Amino acid sequence: MSFVFLTTDVLLFLLIAILLVYGIYALRHEHFFRPWKQVVSKPFSMCAVVVLSFYFLIAILDSVHFHPTIESSSGEDIQHSTRITSVLDLVLGSIIAGTEKTYSAPFSIYAFTKETLVDEDGNMVREYPRLKHAGSHLREPASRLDDILNRSVVGIGKGLTGWIFFCAIIIFMMSRIQKLAIRGIVKKIIRGQSSLSWRTFFLSFGIICVLVGIGLQLCPHYHVLGTDQVGNDILYQALKSARTGLIIGTLTTLVMLPFAIIFGVSAGYFGGWVDDSIQYIYTTLSSIPSVLLIAASALMLDVYLANNSEMFVSVTARADLRLLCLCLILGVTTWTGLCRYLRAETLKLRESAYIDASRAFGAVPWTTIWKHVVPNVMHIVTISIVLDFSGLVLAEAALSYLNIGVDPSMESWGNMINGARLELAREPVVWWSLFAAFIFMFILVLAANIFADAVRDAFDPRLRELN
Amino acid sequence: MSDYLLRRLLYAFPILLGVNIITFFLFFVVNSPDDMARVHLGNKYVTTDAIEKWKGDRGYDRPLFYNSEKHGRDKLLDTIFYAKTVKLFVFDFGQSDSGRDIGYDISQRMWPSLMITLPILILGLFLTISLALAVAFFRATYLDTFAVIMCVCMMSISGLFYIIGGQYLFSKLLKIVPISGFDDGFLAIKFLILPIVVGVVGGLGNGTRWYRTIFLEEVNQDYVRTARSKGLSEKVVFYGHVLRNGMIPILTGVVALLPSLFLGSLITEAFFGIPGLGSYTIEAIQSQDFSIVRAMVFLGSALYILGLVLTDISYTFVDPRISLR
Repeated sequence: MSFVFLTTDVLLFLLIAILLVYGIYALRHEHFFRPWKQVVSKPFSMCAVVVLSFYFLIAILDSVHFHPTIESSSGEDIQHSTRITSVLDLVLGSIIAGTEKTYSAPFSIYAFTKETLVDEDGNMVREYPRLKHAGSHLREPASRLDDILNRSVVGIGKGLTGWIFFCAIIIFMMSRIQKLAIRGIVKKIIRGQSSLSWRTFFLSFGIICVLVGIGLQLCPHYHVLGTDQVGNDILYQALKSARTGLIIGTLTTLVMLPFAIIFGVSAGYFGGWVDDSIQYIYTTLSSIPSVLLIAASALMLDVYLANNSEMFVSVTARADLRLLCLCLILGVTTWTGLCRYLRAETLKLRESAYIDASRAFGAVPWTTIWKHVVPNVMHIVTISIVLDFSGLVLAEAALSYLNIGVDPSMESWGNMINGARLELAREPVVWWSLFAAFIFMFILVLAANIFADAVRDAFDPRLRELN
Repeated sequence: MSDYLLRRLLYAFPILLGVNIITFFLFFVVNSPDDMARVHLGNKYVTTDAIEKWKGDRGYDRPLFYNSEKHGRDKLLDTIFYAKTVKLFVFDFGQSDSGRDIGYDISQRMWPSLMITLPILILGLFLTISLALAVAFFRATYLDTFAVIMCVCMMSISGLFYIIGGQYLFSKLLKIVPISGFDDGFLAIKFLILPIVVGVVGGLGNGTRWYRTIFLEEVNQDYVRTARSKGLSEKVVFYGHVLRNGMIPILTGVVALLPSLFLGSLITEAFFGIPGLGSYTIEAIQSQDFSIVRAMVFLGSALYILGLVLTDISYTFVDPRISLR
């Protein structure tokens, strides 16, 4: 294995590093910590946090890329494939049933279209052929339902076992940290009296454990969400798409954040011509309808990529660059809003006594800004990061549908919808591809919306306008 | 007031110039006209002659900013910047890369867009305001909680799925309306109903939740308490006071959107095959027609700025305390 670091991987890990540093810093500073504690003290938002963490785990697993080793017969020199895969591919590849020929319905063991087959007597018949991978362990097709049920029950059992194991570890650690008896802690959690909403945490975590358990039991033998036109497993695609959605939702804010903070704060702090020119820049940018600006930029990006195709070593690298550019373009269209709010807030802060005091002590403007203004506008930054997230995930789907989103070779929910646009017109209807994209997107965006509301209420309940 | 308007229009000029510089940079500096020609003519094995001819036909064979071969003012005028960008200011959009008159196309195609966006706006506004007022009336009850949960769920569904679901349900299963298409005059109605319904339903969640917070803020104001203590019934308080005051931010927010209605919606028009400006833009993107995309960007920002001016004016109508100077 030789690791490959795509640009978006690096940025994603950078983001995680920033979050870790922020987390450690927040743990030591009560005023940073308290709003977050309030966020996870409500059942709804705790549930959203668990769901979001699950998506992030998938995205992180999918962001560790490498060239797989090729088994060579000589056994001496190690060779690497030029293909780039991720840890998630590795994990799912060993779990999920292999590629079929064409469409197949969820849990089906027959293909979706008829083929000419030769039966036992040597006659040619038009029939639905058995799938190559799904259900191949079944001797009798009629025993399919029993088999699915049996495996689900085993899966639930395994999931629950794992869940109890994890719960035990967490509760044990809690009892050590809080220096309380384990029985007391369990009682508190079950009655919902703990300060954080631990009961919801364990419940939602339990549901995920059970789902993963069932998935582990069923996926090697069935296509749980069916297969697409070329026979790829839909569940696999939907899980892979999580990374694209999360990258768009987070990196867009990450790349635009420095500009928004520097421009917004200095416009408010310095005033005068600095303010005028920065206001001019963001008014101009925000006056272009965002979808048109994105369309124009994506069009130009296409031309650029087409004329410089020799720059890229692989399709993955090109798709990755395109994803990054999409983040940049979306960032250009979204930073103006944050910039405006930061400017307004800084204008207010500039008049406060502690800024005057800092000036009176002779601090240079940038020291005052860095030490006193920026920390006091960070709540707006936090709120706008989480508020923008769900909109960006939805925007990705719409843009990919218009062919100005991510690269067609990249798994994304938008591309899944785009590829499935004619499937509803088929007879019988091929609904599972759209269904999978719908469910995965809906759960992520719903969790993000609930989380964003909780964050806004915790940090600044008056800040309704930012929506 | 007229002073104010004149000043705002003068402000609009540098902004539009900035927009033009951005698009100019995007379209002619990031990629040279040669690159565009190569993509248009098929990437490989393109002769230089073919590129020159493609550029000559579309007027891209001039220098970008300064033409040293010409004399007098033609040095500045016979350039791509002047011919393709400055002329947009007088809404002279020129010809598309396929040779059609863009100005004429836009004037033809904005009406179908408007036939969808305007009903969506009016119906949506009526429905969301009624719903939000009802939810605010039942504030802090289970009905309120349920409504907010429903709103958040509806917000979390991608707009694509409303369209796909609507087309599947009403056109394929129930066969009430055709899936997509367009017709002239009154015959167009059967094609318009579904996009309008889908558009209204799709915006319901976000709008209701947003207006609910506006009304809730009004409910907690002092004048509402005064109205109640005067002995007015809750009905009169809501319709006479809360609704009227809550309408101020709602209406001024809507006025900003009015000019942009002409642009239509890219996604809706693509799905339903409506020949409006949205699908015009999409066709331009797909056929890589740079002139049309440039014209649409300019038109879009001009309409946006118009919307801002209209918002300011509308404030003076609904709130007499504000006067524009």
